[in-house]
Amino acid sequence: MQALGLDVLFKGQNFIRLLGGLGVALRISLIAVVISIPAGVLLGTLMTKKNPVIRGILRFYLEFMRIMPQMVLLFLVFFGSTRSLGLDLSGETSAVIVFSLWGTAEMSDLVRGAITSIPRHQYDAAAALCLSERQTYYYIIFPQALRRLLPLSINLITRMIKTTSLVLMIGVVEIIKVAQQIIEANRMSSPNAAFGVYLTVFMMYFLACFPISMLARFLEKRFYE
Amino acid sequence: MNPEIIGQYLPLYGEAAILTVELGFLGVLFSAVVGLFCAAVLYLRVPILRQIVWIYIELSRNTPLLIQLFFIYYGLPKVGIRTTPAVCGVAGLTFLGGSYMAEAFRSGLEAVPKIQEESALSLGMTKAQAIRLVILPQAFSVSVPALVANVIFLLKETSVFSAVSLMDLMFTAKNLIGLYYDTTEALFLLVVFYLIILLPVGVLGTVLEKRVRYAGFGS
Repeated sequence: MQALGLDVLFKGQNFIRLLGGLGVALRISLIAVVISIPAGVLLGTLMTKKNPVIRGILRFYLEFMRIMPQMVLLFLVFFGSTRSLGLDLSGETSAVIVFSLWGTAEMSDLVRGAITSIPRHQYDAAAALCLSERQTYYYIIFPQALRRLLPLSINLITRMIKTTSLVLMIGVVEIIKVAQQIIEANRMSSPNAAFGVYLTVFMMYFLACFPISMLARFLEKRFYE
Repeated sequence: MNPEIIGQYLPLYGEAAILTVELGFLGVLFSAVVGLFCAAVLYLRVPILRQIVWIYIELSRNTPLLIQLFFIYYGLPKVGIRTTPAVCGVAGLTFLGGSYMAEAFRSGLEAVPKIQEESALSLGMTKAQAIRLVILPQAFSVSVPALVANVIFLLKETSVFSAVSLMDLMFTAKNLIGLYYDTTEALFLLVVFYLIILLPVGVLGTVLEKRVRYAGFGS
């Protein structure tokens, strides 16, 4: 135990501090998810419309967000905003902005996919029943799309949690930063702490994401049968 | 934006891009090998190995690459496993990518109806022939979209390599911003170089998807 640095975790507040670090990452993902889901539903629905201008703009936004590594997006907002807009955004604010924009793009694509998977005759039948467009979406399309959407959007949450680990690179004090501090502080007393501490961080991320993945898979099985 | 500065930075970014592509390519290649192996284990229901593969897939899919790299690069040396940054990067990418590739191959294999194998066997093919000539080609054509998505995903993930002090594109950009404050130029080149790497892969993937779709028989 001593040699691998697991004892370091139980010194003082270390374990609580690590959890706090994970909390920062989870908080950023939670805020981003809460913003992305409604925004994604809105944009995704707009994307199914025929208007070529709206479609073109959304398509460009979506493709750019998806092809750029999230690290690049973080850098663009964190460093770019200071230079070109004169804003001084904190790392955490930049992270929330980036992950909301990215999450919205991903979510809108999921929504678009779910809506276009609804067969054409559902729209026709709704029109034949004299439902207005809003009623069609509200009563007919969304409830059916939701079944396909739910597992996918829960998967998006785990992706979001995993991706927020990147905020380390723009100086947000999150779980890895705390881990580094703990390892540094105990350099003399337990030089091998890095193994145990990073293994713990690894397992903490796993324990945060695994139940959510399982839930997504469970829902997927249920809805597709 | 100053074109002179961009000219000065270009060679630096070029080198970094080559490193990114090299490591990314190796990572994708090894991931595909690992993924194929894991998918075979799951498909053939090899006892014990199957449980190990399952644990590996869950561990790898539910943790971020950054954490995996930190563990490999800073944690493992403490138990005597030392790696260079480049080896660590490729190892991390393979650990992550292996599970994604495994899932892609497995879903392809499972999409081939049982009747295909039974028909092949009833025509007098051996099990090995049935797998090689009947099942694999069809499974592959189903897997292609997921495989292409994985390749792009893995290439994007190489952007965290700078965390283990590899001189990749992110590292170069961050370095130049820190040294000279030419933020706009540095970020512009960063975006351009990632587009140069990723756009052709995306386009190639779409072409490949269109071509292999015809291989899907009986569906």
